[in-house]
Amino acid sequence: MTSLYDEVQAAPGEGVPTRRVTIKVNGADRTVDVEPRLLLAHLLRQGLKLTGTHTGCDTSNCGACTILFEGRPIKSCTMLAVQADGHSIETVEGMATASELHPIQEGFKEEHGLQCGFCTPGMMMAAKALLDKNDNPTEDEVRWALSGNLCRCTGYQNIVKSVLWAAEKMRAESK
Amino acid sequence: MALDEIKIGGLGASRRRVEDNRFIRGKGNYVDDIVLPGMLHMELLRSPVAHARIKSIDVSKAYEIPGVRLVLTGEMMAARNLAWMPTLSYDTQAVLATDKVRFQGQEVAAVIADDPYIAKDACQAIVVEYEQLPVIVNPFQAMESGAEVIRDDKENQPGNKVFDWEIGDKAATDKAFAEADVVSKMELHYPRSHPSPMETCGSIADFNRATGKLTVYMTSQAPHIVRAAVAMVAELPEHMIRIVSPDLGGGFGNKVPIYPGYVISILASILTEVPVKWIEDKTGNLISTGFGRDVYLQGEMALRKDGKIMGMRMKTISDHGAFYADAQPSKFKIGLMHSAFACYDVPAAHLESVGYYTNKAPGGVAYRCSFRVTEAMFFQERMIHGAANDLGMDQAEFRRINLVKDDMFPYRTAFGFLTDSGQYGKCLDIGMKAIGYDTYKQEQEEARKRGKLLGIGISTMTEPLGAGNSREYDILGIKMFDSAELRVHMSGKAILRTGAMNQGQGHQTTWAQIVAHELGIPADDVTVEEGDTDTAPFGMGTYASRSTPVAGAAVAMVARKIRAKARKIAAHLLEVSEEDIEWELGRFYVRSNKERGVTIQDCAIAAYSNMPDGMEPGLENNAYYDPPNLTWPFAAYFVKVEVDAETGVWDVLKVVAVDDCGVRINPMIVEAQIMGGLTEAYAMASMQYQTYDDEGNCIGSNYMDYLLPTAWETPGFELHEVVTPCPHHPIGAKGVGECATVAGPAAFVNAVVDALGHLGVRNIDMPMMPNRVYEALTTGKDISGMPPVRMGD
Repeated sequence: MTSLYDEVQAAPGEGVPTRRVTIKVNGADRTVDVEPRLLLAHLLRQGLKLTGTHTGCDTSNCGACTILFEGRPIKSCTMLAVQADGHSIETVEGMATASELHPIQEGFKEEHGLQCGFCTPGMMMAAKALLDKNDNPTEDEVRWALSGNLCRCTGYQNIVKSVLWAAEKMRAESK
Repeated sequence: MALDEIKIGGLGASRRRVEDNRFIRGKGNYVDDIVLPGMLHMELLRSPVAHARIKSIDVSKAYEIPGVRLVLTGEMMAARNLAWMPTLSYDTQAVLATDKVRFQGQEVAAVIADDPYIAKDACQAIVVEYEQLPVIVNPFQAMESGAEVIRDDKENQPGNKVFDWEIGDKAATDKAFAEADVVSKMELHYPRSHPSPMETCGSIADFNRATGKLTVYMTSQAPHIVRAAVAMVAELPEHMIRIVSPDLGGGFGNKVPIYPGYVISILASILTEVPVKWIEDKTGNLISTGFGRDVYLQGEMALRKDGKIMGMRMKTISDHGAFYADAQPSKFKIGLMHSAFACYDVPAAHLESVGYYTNKAPGGVAYRCSFRVTEAMFFQERMIHGAANDLGMDQAEFRRINLVKDDMFPYRTAFGFLTDSGQYGKCLDIGMKAIGYDTYKQEQEEARKRGKLLGIGISTMTEPLGAGNSREYDILGIKMFDSAELRVHMSGKAILRTGAMNQGQGHQTTWAQIVAHELGIPADDVTVEEGDTDTAPFGMGTYASRSTPVAGAAVAMVARKIRAKARKIAAHLLEVSEEDIEWELGRFYVRSNKERGVTIQDCAIAAYSNMPDGMEPGLENNAYYDPPNLTWPFAAYFVKVEVDAETGVWDVLKVVAVDDCGVRINPMIVEAQIMGGLTEAYAMASMQYQTYDDEGNCIGSNYMDYLLPTAWETPGFELHEVVTPCPHHPIGAKGVGECATVAGPAAFVNAVVDALGHLGVRNIDMPMMPNRVYEALTTGKDISGMPPVRMGD
């Protein structure tokens, strides 16, 4: 069992309440004690050392912290860790297997869908939510699905191409 | 056989990026990802008011919160001579406020605690008593007689003026205006904008009492400059300071300056003797760190009836915020504003610039541009648009008459810049064809009959990228060169380090391509490292599109030094004299017998195992490159819009970009830089700006108020290429990362103004939000200045 307190607070104050939560993260159950006010994004980054999920804006506008919550894209900077108790979530670290990248990851590299890389994990998770439901989206559908995620580097055109590249590969693989 | 350059990932290869391998797996290493043992967390308390005297600060309640280790105030900084620090423009800036706060968001106190949540709680427990002072939120208020003096900390400070500066030939310009057939005037405002990289600023300072060494992991585009500045400010010996820039989540000029948070985290680590992490929140980033623009223009052009520009006058009034912290290395007070009109043949020009302090965040950074070049080119292209209309001439034709012709290079501009190469007319032609310019006037007329408002905007420009040369450009006295160090291992693999600092441009990928081009070592065999001042050679960092022009040149030059040594080794291995050796990509051979040769890898192993008598072993070297001139890329952008007459909403129908940035190292990366820049241009034209209400509250302090376009709003882009190699760069490359941000905004504004031109509208200042466009099209009047701020009921 991981104790979050050991990770984020070396000397917990007297009387600080905690709650024990169990969250399925990338397929494995993780049980941690958390302060009720702890944000899910911070649990992932600091407590569980999954730093692929980034925090960009604190106001759920930028989408850098996007993860999948029961398969749906959510912004983990605006969900409390305790709200995820008993649920299943997926982060960027769960996309690739040891030997193989997910087609979305391949697509982002192949179509140069990233520059500084900061928005990329959130973008890819939002894209995964779309492609898991619809592996043959139009360009407009891709743009709409990614419209909760900001990128300052790319101008989006290559991100859209990356997602369409991945869709094509996923369709080919599912045949 | 020479190697196939594209196959080994040399020049011109759209090589897929090396850095992506970690980013797509979520394994990037940004500053907030770094955790050091025993690390404490720092949070800043910022001023809620824009201008006030600090009466008292009571931190006792903060110390009552368990887990709080240290609270720092201005007084404690002052006791260590750290309450103020120098800016990059030779002014001073408060680290933690002592006497007054001068803008909303200014740093007032810092809490160091066991975790960031506790630190935030404790900031709220600090009680600060402010005595409010009159607030100045624009330069026009600042210049009023009797205006409150913001910088009363400075001796001999004349009111709120920062500088009053001029350049050009005033008499010749006056004469051109006296003789002009037509004088075209334009008043413009380039609103304040924030670069707003996705990742905010942050640092982890780690002072080791045992060794006396200070290591700082931080978000800096120029780690070596930081080391020099920290040595100066903190009075630590330079060899005891190590600055590490890990992966940066974007920069765009925002991460060039040295911010109070960095300095405070350093002192906090020295005092607590453990690492101290400071990660800025988004609001902190937006309201306190380097902004761009915020310049007003009065522009005039002296024109001959046949369309020839005879003279140009510009007067700029700029808003620098509370501290003059422009991040720029030139001796010119308003940066390279006088690069305006560099692509046009203008016989006489004069620029006067006046800067003012206001109660707003300091900055004036080069937001995705060379220093003030974005403003220069926006003003230029809006003035050009107005002048063509005033003459009744076609926009493209007016530009063609005045653009510098191919046979006029090298061309000395009226302000003294030397542009050296380009095919401006060719770029214009390609763009006109791609946007469908020939049939456009007719199309516009027909659309108007159907009540539809179509417009095409053109923006053409050349901009100076890649500072220095060292004669004219320095930062804190350090000349604007850059550097590269290359070590070829005995197996022929190599490691390259440069003084630049990647923040998304893909240096790990492209620098290796230059090595591949020069040495024939496959790019995949070259590791690239940057950002650690203990290992990288001294360099001035990455901003103002200077990486390829300066550090990229250094990479080519160091590779050539390696090749020169390898040639001697090759002669030794082939048992011929050096003069009898020829080079083709990856291989030396005997001139008389091409079959007899050795590869660069053969030379590498020989450098460690079989060198000629008297030769120093090893195959490594470094190069410091001082460019002879700036590079001058050219851009021609065309934007076609349709304005909805009933709502003022404008849709982008097509964007065509023609860029000539000389030789392209990696076309895929160049194109992506252009698309990213065009998006920022669209952002500024449509929605992205910061303003302040009368009390100095920053409007645009978070992403709910500071609007950035998403994938949904952002248009698609059609890109075209022209290649005119830079005559002085070793591989013929020019800067490109910022061309689209610089020249793009005017193309969008010109398009919307063109759509409304028949109604008598000459100007709509950015941001062209639908309500502003609607007002222009219903009243036929110009829309100037910032959108009004609606005060709370």
